[in-house]
Amino acid sequence: MLRQMKKQDYLLIAGILLAALLVFLFFGRKASGQAGAVRVQIGDEVYAVYPLDQDHEELLAGYDGGENLLVIKDGEAWISQADCPDRLCVRQGRISKKGQMILCLPHRIILTVISGEEEMDGISG
Amino acid sequence: MKSRTIAFCGVLTALALILSYVESLFPLPVGIPGIKLGLANLVVFLLLYIAGPWHAFAVSLARILIAGFAFGGMYSLLYSLSGGLLSFAGMVLLKRSGRFAPVTVSICGAVLHNVGQLVMAGLVLENTGVAVYLPPLLAAGVICGFVIGLLGELLRARVARAFRSPNASSEDNQ
Repeated sequence: MLRQMKKQDYLLIAGILLAALLVFLFFGRKASGQAGAVRVQIGDEVYAVYPLDQDHEELLAGYDGGENLLVIKDGEAWISQADCPDRLCVRQGRISKKGQMILCLPHRIILTVISGEEEMDGISG
Repeated sequence: MKSRTIAFCGVLTALALILSYVESLFPLPVGIPGIKLGLANLVVFLLLYIAGPWHAFAVSLARILIAGFAFGGMYSLLYSLSGGLLSFAGMVLLKRSGRFAPVTVSICGAVLHNVGQLVMAGLVLENTGVAVYLPPLLAAGVICGFVIGLLGELLRARVARAFRSPNASSEDNQ
């Protein structure tokens, strides 16, 4: 089976992996730095920014209804409960490093770990 | 279409559904949405090589629609539809070109499935930040597509024997 693999096969696969590496390097640089807070976006707007070093629980209301329970504890943030059918956001686990995200498609909620300071201003927690 | 062919496609649609259901019970514990082995794609891959693109397309579409309505929601349906269609188009084009091994076709199918889902996520959320998921999803697609491709190659001759009928065995002996 693998004997059928020719040069073009390996080139194509190498191309895919190279693309992955390039995107990784591009975002990897942006992701470096101190993680300080988790930004919550609902729909198109930034809903709130919570510092990661303060334990907190917040019931987030989705864009078109629905609820997700955001938990921040011991420097990690995660969604512990959601009322959407697939609950992919719950399965995405805990985030704590800058650049990590949790997505909830049905409720259009995006959690992103950010450095904190610069985006804390003007937004009430 | 012969009734034998219709029955065969029906059986394979059921198989694909069961495979996606089984897979949804055991999500891979990697913390990234959308990473799975893609067992249902095994069926699409087999059909593509045994019966041809239209059979594969019909079974793939039926599988996605039924699985979406039965186990998922509107958004999982949207996800799988974009992934499934892109994946299918890519596999057909690569196979048509005649220059790539079946395992490579399977790898590209898996990679494009992940890309399609991610693009849909980016569109729904109107956020390009989801691209951070691209590297792990591409790498996972290569690995999973490779496994599915090898499985498919192992099964191909056996499934082809079950499918064999005068109008559809022409692609079986390449």
